[in-house]
Amino acid sequence: MLRFIVKRLLITIPTILVVITITWGLIRLAPGNFYSGEKRLPAAIEKNIREKYGLDKPWYQQYGRTMWNILGHHDFGTSLKYQGQSVNMIIWRSLPVSASVGILAYFLALAIGIPAGSFAALKQNSKWDYSSMAITMLGISIPNFVLGPILVLVFALSLYWLPPSRWDGLLSRNIILPVVTLSAVYMAYIARLTRAGMLEVLRSDYIRTARAKGLRERDVVIRHALRGGLMPVVSYTGPALAFLLTGTVVIEKIFALPGLGNYFIQASLNRDEPLIIGIVAFIAITLLLMNLLVDIAYAFLDPRVRYH
Amino acid sequence: MNEKSSQNPDDRQSIEPALNPLGEPSGWAETHHDPDVIALGPEMAVAEADVRSAEDREFVRGSSLWRDAWRRLLKNKLAVFGLIVVIAITLASFAGPTIIKATLGITPDFIPSNDVKLIKSFPPFTGVNGEFSWAHPMGTDNAGRDQLGRVLQGGQISLFVGIIATLVSLLIGVSYGAVAGYVGGRLDNLMMRLVDVLYSLPYVILVIVLLSMFRSQTARGQLILLFVALGSVSWLTMARIVRGQVLSLKNQEFVLAARATGVSTLRIIFRHLVPNTLGPVIVYATLTIPQVMLTEAFLSFLGFGVQAPLASWGSLASDGVQNIAIFPWQLIFPGVTMALTLFSLNFLGDGLRDALDPQMRTD
Repeated sequence: MLRFIVKRLLITIPTILVVITITWGLIRLAPGNFYSGEKRLPAAIEKNIREKYGLDKPWYQQYGRTMWNILGHHDFGTSLKYQGQSVNMIIWRSLPVSASVGILAYFLALAIGIPAGSFAALKQNSKWDYSSMAITMLGISIPNFVLGPILVLVFALSLYWLPPSRWDGLLSRNIILPVVTLSAVYMAYIARLTRAGMLEVLRSDYIRTARAKGLRERDVVIRHALRGGLMPVVSYTGPALAFLLTGTVVIEKIFALPGLGNYFIQASLNRDEPLIIGIVAFIAITLLLMNLLVDIAYAFLDPRVRYH
Repeated sequence: MNEKSSQNPDDRQSIEPALNPLGEPSGWAETHHDPDVIALGPEMAVAEADVRSAEDREFVRGSSLWRDAWRRLLKNKLAVFGLIVVIAITLASFAGPTIIKATLGITPDFIPSNDVKLIKSFPPFTGVNGEFSWAHPMGTDNAGRDQLGRVLQGGQISLFVGIIATLVSLLIGVSYGAVAGYVGGRLDNLMMRLVDVLYSLPYVILVIVLLSMFRSQTARGQLILLFVALGSVSWLTMARIVRGQVLSLKNQEFVLAARATGVSTLRIIFRHLVPNTLGPVIVYATLTIPQVMLTEAFLSFLGFGVQAPLASWGSLASDGVQNIAIFPWQLIFPGVTMALTLFSLNFLGDGLRDALDPQMRTD
């Protein structure tokens, strides 16, 4: 087990370096820079600014400095667009917004997806099964940037039940629509995965044994079947995290939330290089570490999994 | 696994008598060497873990596999529905704008010149003075352009992006996976570690960086950039699937026979192994199209993808969201058309999977 963790870490760290390097390389290879906008700066001022940010040095020194600051000091530098704000500050300010929407959405998806999926599996080939699977397919097929505005149109602009946008802290009604919009796709995926996993497990011998022992159906399902049947859902957590991250980008744009994704889009449009590298590196590190945790959890939960 | 497939007795009965059992290689040796019918290999759709039981089944399958799969597909009502809708939307997208131009004389980018009216976006089936009219069944957009024409034109781009990026992923993924699987050993290890690393990258984020940094001045240039970006990230799963298939096939007798007769490695990979992986490849490619279309729409929605004057469903939806409160039809029509297409493609892909690879079915 320890060997597995060490081995995975040994893959994870180079991957993080690869992500930062790719991002850095893309920004450097692209023509133009932050200052080559419509408003031309006087040459002398631009020279001073470039000196200040170390942009006049050769590329390998810039690369080395960026890497050293990120890895050695956990310092992503200062934003070019948002004067006087460090990238670290922006990340720590916007992270709670994205994280609370993302985590709530994932839990909502679990809370509805798992019961729906198990129910469909238990009533396989019934009307319930077919209709719930058609609904989940609908959930997968409706893009969240279509679903979100439609929900806004119905619940905010027509019924006036909920506010249409803006961030007002975790404990406010503003969070309901973003969370529901974001979780729709995961709900659908989780329901489908649960159904597939449960169907596989419900046919296995140990479930037959449990039934033969005379256990109540409820105990068979909850105590025996769900444990094995949820393994696909556990292994989906890794990809789900990645999707959640990209999903929040759209959700934050639709609902005007000041989260990581919104800053990332702004930074990309503005060519705010330190902020782009900072957010990409932060997302990559979070994602890879979470994936590592999921893999370890998986190894603990499923005794059949063996890592070599 | 065996239990599962035997639950479908009708599938079994519909299988025609075995034409080419494994012990009698004359028939399929031909199919393997005739470039026109390379698709008819008997050993397709063998799940990695299930090689043995699948071998037994091939005696029954014979060469009617594709017809057999087609019959199974036609039995699946949802998949047939998906197929019909996909064909209808594709035909409408490519022929629609021409028909509209021939009958009504307007093109999707036609902007009416009379600016008497301040608001140019009319609801569906409404004329300039609020009367009922057949001219614009989906209403008009902010500039007064016909929304139906725009949605159909957007469909062209969306479908085109989906298909091209999927073809790119097929090209890269199949060759990469097949080479890794067949050569094996260190090269395989190296190639698959690379896939693992790429797999764990937050690729949509990197694609956004790529698209925003290399933002092209022309809409066409941005479209090509989009193809490159989407194609270059969507081949990873394909490579894994093909590698798995090749691994389970490469020790079978027909490969040994080919090697014994002196066929070159490349020829073995692309003439003998790849055709036999076609089933899962087709299934996965069908499911890749909606994924790519969704990613394209997502990027266009954020403003990094398709740009005006070109339109895709994503960019139309992006325009529509701006006006959701006043002109909801600007979002609803492109959004619903897109959702319907993705829905149908997903059902078609699921149906194809059940039809081509009954062992993979989940029920």
